[in-house]
Amino acid sequence: MLEIRDLSCLRGDRLLFADLDLSVLPGERVRLLGPNGVGKTTLLRCLCGLIDPEEGEIHWNGHSIRSEREDFHRQLLYIGHSTALNDLLTPLENLRFTCRAGTDQVEEQACVEALERIGLGAQIDLPCRALSQGQRRRVGLARLFLGGERRLWILDEPFNALDVAAVADLASSLDAHCAAGGIVVLTTHQDVSFSHPGRVVDLAGHAC
Amino acid sequence: MLGPFIAVLRRDLLLAWRGRADVLVTIGFFVVVACLFPFGVGAEPNQLREIAPGILWVDALLATLLSLHRLFAQDHADGSLEQLLLSPEPTVLWVSAKVLAYWLTTSLPLVIAAPGLGLLFDMEQGSLKVLCLSLLLGTPMLSLLGAVGAALTLGLRGGGMLLALLVLPLFVPVLIFGAGAVDAYLGGSGSDAHLLLLAGGSLAALVLAPWACAAALRIAAE
Amino acid sequence: MTRSRFNIFRFAVPQNFYPLAGKLAPIFAVTAAVLFLAGLWISFFIAPTDAQQGEVYRVIFIHVPAAWMSMFIYLVMAFWSAVGLVFNTRLSAMMAHALAPTGAMFCFVALWTGALWGRPTWGAYWVWDARLTSQLLLLFLYFGYIALINAIDDPRRADKAGAILALVGAINVPIIYFSVKWWNTLHQGASVSLTKAPSMATTMLMGMLVMAFAAWAYTIAVTLWRVRSLILERERNAEWVNEELDRLEAAA
Repeated sequence: MLEIRDLSCLRGDRLLFADLDLSVLPGERVRLLGPNGVGKTTLLRCLCGLIDPEEGEIHWNGHSIRSEREDFHRQLLYIGHSTALNDLLTPLENLRFTCRAGTDQVEEQACVEALERIGLGAQIDLPCRALSQGQRRRVGLARLFLGGERRLWILDEPFNALDVAAVADLASSLDAHCAAGGIVVLTTHQDVSFSHPGRVVDLAGHAC
Repeated sequence: MLGPFIAVLRRDLLLAWRGRADVLVTIGFFVVVACLFPFGVGAEPNQLREIAPGILWVDALLATLLSLHRLFAQDHADGSLEQLLLSPEPTVLWVSAKVLAYWLTTSLPLVIAAPGLGLLFDMEQGSLKVLCLSLLLGTPMLSLLGAVGAALTLGLRGGGMLLALLVLPLFVPVLIFGAGAVDAYLGGSGSDAHLLLLAGGSLAALVLAPWACAAALRIAAE
Repeated sequence: MTRSRFNIFRFAVPQNFYPLAGKLAPIFAVTAAVLFLAGLWISFFIAPTDAQQGEVYRVIFIHVPAAWMSMFIYLVMAFWSAVGLVFNTRLSAMMAHALAPTGAMFCFVALWTGALWGRPTWGAYWVWDARLTSQLLLLFLYFGYIALINAIDDPRRADKAGAILALVGAINVPIIYFSVKWWNTLHQGASVSLTKAPSMATTMLMGMLVMAFAAWAYTIAVTLWRVRSLILERERNAEWVNEELDRLEAAA
């Protein structure tokens, strides 16, 4: 489980939010709400360990994510604003690289299947610079089909630039991940229909 | 343990191959700058022979500097850097892989091109050999120190000039021992001491620089 | 409510340090002025004329303390940077920032006076002497540090990046110094060395030491003042800073 205690974050020298407490149990889906600039992305990056919080602690299964960084990152799958795709590589090469860099043992065949499932079967051998914004987004999301063993998914606006069918498909895979005991923390501006409502945390209440 | 190291090395070598124009530009710069010197200082063969090691070393240093900003810029811009920082394996591992790939694709071609340029300056065979050896042993230190500078200036305004200001003073010892090796060889005192010092410097940089670089990258990604 | 508690925790150290620095800075400033005048008195009126160099050698009383100070300040910067990285304290990074301009200034003074001294002694404003050259490279290191922290907008990133650079530089300073020295002996043969002043008279040494202490006191005073304004700038969102600014405005 993911526990946030007394968390405060800065951006530049401005305090974004303070005294945030939250614990998320296995199987829960948490959606962060709040107007632009309230610090949703900063909080997500903080939860990943990319940003050090100004104050407070984040614990994963009872251990601080700083002291047990390697174990925590083995359990974490983060998909941020940027797609992490290199323009000179194909979707397949990018996906395989991301998996290997994260030490996931993934066969090439599994990567191909993940890309086909997300609707990029025809673009597997195109360089990424030839892809549209939505297609790039999907290459990143294909990682979700390969990250089943990772318990904590942190997703920053995963539904952006996706078409209706892709949104529904993604929503159902998030549901499946939670049903299997995983945790999803995400932000989104869209109203997506999930099988069960999930928790909503409004950051505006903690803003400074 | 070595998974991310090998993955990053393979990917960066593949990227260098796909974007090989960039590598060729660096070598082209190296060659053109060396060819400018005779126009500046005169074509007197003895003088050129004497200053050739210094010219080629300064030239190699500038060519390195010119390509350094590429080291992390693309990964920073497209978000790959974040994903790498979230890898469960230690950051220094894949940082070392990136620097190794950079050295193989940028510095090694310079080492290979250097003898050809040495001939333009009428350097004799023995000193050419020492020059290449000194470049081979010294350029890893340039790449490693330069990587720290590149990580510190990642994504900053005027990053290229700032990078030059940060790393050039640090490059001075490499330049001294690199160019000095050839002079010592010609002076008859033997170049072993210089070459050993270069190798030692590169080893020390190999141990220390990836840590500084990893810390700087973590800061840059915040 | 949440704000006030947050501020007490976060600003505890700078907030306490600010008034302390305000009290100490004038003391060191007065000390610096007194020592400086005494040092100048000794160097110009008491110290004897040098047998070989005549009156020109008197530049040593500014040149040598400035050179000492410039190297020492870089080490102090590296020390505060290490403290800042290890303990994650803001104040230490501010100390390093505040020291850098003074270090660069002393470095420049040492080079300038070195050139003025070199003209009558060596017949040239600049020779590639090992000491002068490493001093020049040290000046570049200072410039790099100052340029880097000014190029970064986010103060936290500026603190940490500057700290890494200062540490990398501090490791390199001795390497640069010895390599330049080696290079110098290989290329130039025995050049005139600044330290080979023939058996220094005690009054000369006295003058130099007094000037060195003046430079110390000056550095401390200026750094404390600079840290004070850095604190005000950095913590401008804190309540106590606003109160302090109101108080200053009322006084003026």
